[in-house]
Amino acid sequence: MKLLYFAWIRERVGQAEEDIDPPAAVRTVGDLVAWLRGRGEEFEYAFGNETVVRAAIDRTHVQLDTPIEGAREIAFFPPMTGG
Amino acid sequence: MTMDEQPLIDVRVQAEPFDVAAEAKRLSAGSDVGAVVTFTGICRSDGGRLNGLELEHYPGMAENEITRVAEEAARRWPISGAIAIHRYGTIAAGEDIVLVVTASAHRGAAFAAAEFLMDWLKTRAPFWKREIFADGTAGPWVEAKAADDDAAGRWNLDKAAE
Repeated sequence: MKLLYFAWIRERVGQAEEDIDPPAAVRTVGDLVAWLRGRGEEFEYAFGNETVVRAAIDRTHVQLDTPIEGAREIAFFPPMTGG
Repeated sequence: MTMDEQPLIDVRVQAEPFDVAAEAKRLSAGSDVGAVVTFTGICRSDGGRLNGLELEHYPGMAENEITRVAEEAARRWPISGAIAIHRYGTIAAGEDIVLVVTASAHRGAAFAAAEFLMDWLKTRAPFWKREIFADGTAGPWVEAKAADDDAAGRWNLDKAAE
């Protein structure tokens, strides 16, 4: 699946997007955040406060307990500040 | 228009400026439109501290989310049309950022739908603002305000939008 990062999460991770293949035990968005945090300092820095991180699966807002099975594109971003 | 006609909903996400008067005129067409409300969000310099803002967005999802909110507004109020335009990229202080136009037979629905659209667009549409200081250097990302969540929350959209 493809991961997208936006705003300061993108800057902390150091890339805008990547393709990943997480282990089967990673079932929900929250599991994915925990798995990503274990990938290195930059991910720990970006995802350290998971109450702040927002996520979307295939361009629809989701919660941390949403399953990721079948997702093509998962995006992570800070709270939105448009308007 | 008659009540049976579908409201005109037009959502655009673009780098280019928009023409407020032209968009308002589009929604004022028709013999049964009695009220057109426009809201324009403008980039402030914050007392000369900022050159402007850099707006990042999630292409595709930004349009989807604003359209979803506009359609919900059309379900809640008898509006004949809603236009929402949100810019991205570098926006100088004094330039327009966002436009919402709503039209209806009477002013109440147009005012309410416009406010609903703006409140929800701020908390659901994937845009992120970053400050650009007066000397042109990049400043911090703008933090989301609890007041915006409160403003959106009073419409009780969360359940309706699921």
